Amino acid sequence: MSPSHASDVPVYNPRNYLNSPATGLKSWLLTQDHKRIGVMFLVAASVFFAVGGLFAMLIRIELLTPGPTIMDAMTYNRLFTLHGVVMIFLFMIPAIPSGFGNFLVPLMLGAKDVAFPKLNLLSFYLYMLGAVVALYGMIHGGADTGWTFYTPYSTTTVTKVVPILLGAFILGFSSILTGLNFIVTTHTMRAPGIGWNRVPLFVWSIYATSIIQILATPVLGMTLLLVAVENAFGWGIFDPARGGDPVLFQHFFWFYSHPAVYIMVLPAMAVISEVVCAFSRKNIFGYKAVAYSSLGIAFVGFFTWGHHLFVSGQSAFDAGVFGVLSMFVGIFTAIKVFNWTATLYQGSIAFKTPFAYFVGFLFFLVFGGMTGVAVATVSLDVHWHDTYFVVAHFHFIMVGATVMAFLAALHYWFPKITGRMYPEGWGLVGAVMVILGFNFTFIPQFLLGNEGMPRRYFSYPERFWALNVASTAGASVLAMGLVIVLVYLLISLKWGPIAGPNPWHSRGYEWDTASPPLPENFEETPVYTRGPHEYDEDSYANPPPVAPEPKHAS
Amino acid sequence: MQASPLAHHFENIEKQSHAERLGMWLFLASEVLLFTALFAAYAVYRYLYSDAFAEASRAIETWFGLVNTIILVTSSFTVALGLNEAVKGNGKKTGLWFAVSVAFAIAFLALKAVEYSHHFQEGQLPGRYYSFHELQAPGASLFFSLYFLITGLHGVHVIVGMTILAVVGVKAARGKYTAAYHTPVELAGLYWHLVDLIWIFVFPLIYLV
Ligand code: HEM
Ligand SMILES: [Cu+2]
Repeated sequence: MSPSHASDVPVYNPRNYLNSPATGLKSWLLTQDHKRIGVMFLVAASVFFAVGGLFAMLIRIELLTPGPTIMDAMTYNRLFTLHGVVMIFLFMIPAIPSGFGNFLVPLMLGAKDVAFPKLNLLSFYLYMLGAVVALYGMIHGGADTGWTFYTPYSTTTVTKVVPILLGAFILGFSSILTGLNFIVTTHTMRAPGIGWNRVPLFVWSIYATSIIQILATPVLGMTLLLVAVENAFGWGIFDPARGGDPVLFQHFFWFYSHPAVYIMVLPAMAVISEVVCAFSRKNIFGYKAVAYSSLGIAFVGFFTWGHHLFVSGQSAFDAGVFGVLSMFVGIFTAIKVFNWTATLYQGSIAFKTPFAYFVGFLFFLVFGGMTGVAVATVSLDVHWHDTYFVVAHFHFIMVGATVMAFLAALHYWFPKITGRMYPEGWGLVGAVMVILGFNFTFIPQFLLGNEGMPRRYFSYPERFWALNVASTAGASVLAMGLVIVLVYLLISLKWGPIAGPNPWHSRGYEWDTASPPLPENFEETPVYTRGPHEYDEDSYANPPPVAPEPKHAS
Repeated sequence: MQASPLAHHFENIEKQSHAERLGMWLFLASEVLLFTALFAAYAVYRYLYSDAFAEASRAIETWFGLVNTIILVTSSFTVALGLNEAVKGNGKKTGLWFAVSVAFAIAFLALKAVEYSHHFQEGQLPGRYYSFHELQAPGASLFFSLYFLITGLHGVHVIVGMTILAVVGVKAARGKYTAAYHTPVELAGLYWHLVDLIWIFVFPLIYLV
């Protein structure tokens, strides 16, 4: 490697969290460093993403032709349940908050670590334990209930729902502990100069997510436990045969699971707020609106669960109220979308890979959100309920937005985490394939749903054939795009060019230290005299040769 | 010399105590929500089967609940006395009061066990195990499902809280805390008060109404 005489030749920071205090496996598995824990979460979640993706491809192949294609109906039922459970509980909920959140929140606050490092490690092991318990159930018989575990079917089915429910229960604890850690960290560990109006937008959004995690997860945990007890011992809580009320389950389930969709989307918004600023070289438009709308979403999200019960025998009045409340979420989301686009205005946009994913994100969020408003309209939902329209709606907004943000984050912070760059050209190729593939997978599903194809069936009448082929073709493009991303990122881990501390010339606080960061994050506690997204007029035209140094406490 | 209680990533002990307290309160909030789901289920079924629930509630003996309430409230008081000593820096006395509280907790559990064995004899059991002949109204077995879930979950909390009190009490007796830093004693007390508080809701719900 060439020695670095000029200050603009990036050098690899010789002592960093990846190589000190030690590099052995044990030093990772027992670490209390938030950065290493974050990386472990990221690796684990990515593996589960691949597993869930494999199930998805099998589902799409089965649906390639009307009638049985490669499996029987029972296998299909198990497969889509596993796909949903793995993707939601093991990938989408933990990936951004527990992965990137752990890595970034302390860095963005100028802190040495999260408030409770041991609890943080415990959270990781609870995540792994929950995953193992759930996967045990999946391998030994699986479940055929769908990820929503609707009673009374889930309390009577003979498939292995109990371990899967227990696994999800344990995962919930992991989620609660991580959320608790972030809230306390944000309250008590901000570096001097970071008042509440200088908290980076990423942290704001993660903070709002954490509130939902702490308040909603216990209710779901209890609910899943009740289903497990009932399935194992027949206690009758949700079983109509013993006087129980199956609709009560739906209320409990959606009391968590509707807010849970914001556990997935708010962190995505967290990433996007940072990416928008960094790649348009501008301060965020309306910092407070973006920050507080996260809290607004978290709050309103608790009052919308009833929109999943429109066809459960709910009164017309309840349905109307829940429909209207649901639309408030749309308003808060629209505030964010407006501010992001206003930020772009007259910015000097760098169309790099993270920005490409931002564009994809915006499209999926807006389009998926509009279909959300459509399904929240009772009269329309009665037509679309339990069809592929709903499947397309939630994949667009939940998966589309979250995966776009996950990939944007992966590319934007790749140099921060690894100290190396990925190949930009390949990055764009991957992004285009992923975004196009995603559209080709799910737009046909909107059409299928509208024509009446129900969800969760392994076979269909022939008139749905063409659109199903289109959807499977799109899924293949998507999968190929993701494989490309995986391959070049793995190659870059070892052979990517050295990035230097701040290759994007970002003003985010987390870039004010070496990349990869030191084991203790900063040389000294930084003191901030500016906001987290403040770019100078010409900072992109004349990017500073090295990262702007924070002023240090004397 | 014992190590400083200040963890490396906090600037000073005030910030650390603040963080620890905030963390505990958030944890307690999520604990309460764990029970809330059960209370909500109880409310729904009580509304649907009000007569059966009233009769089932009468069928279980109030004095068990009453004595247990007195035991728990007293133990909360002795925990508070222990904390009071910790504030003054008297670790030994803290340990003593916490030991008394643990004894109360054991008494609570013992009485609960006697009560459970009564239910088993009578067939007052959840769901498909229900065989209590005096009360055959629909919904009665649901009452006992919820009864065992709520008191069972509370019992688990008693065991956890008791363990925390024991550990912190021993540490206090060994002089690990000072008048300046005794946050763990406070937090242990806080947890025990939650266990007590939840029972205060459980008691009227199950035994009185
Ligand atoms: C912000 C991100 C959102 C995510 C991640 C999301 C996610 C989901 C998911 C996962 C489902 C299907 C659940 C299932 O049965 O498996 C769903 C259904 C639904 N969503 Fe959304 N949603 C979002 C936004 C919205 C908005 C803004 C509205 C209303 C304005 C909305 C209204 C609905 C309705 C009414 C249903 C039920 C449709 C039915 O089952 O018939 N969603 N959503
Ligand atoms: Cu919802």
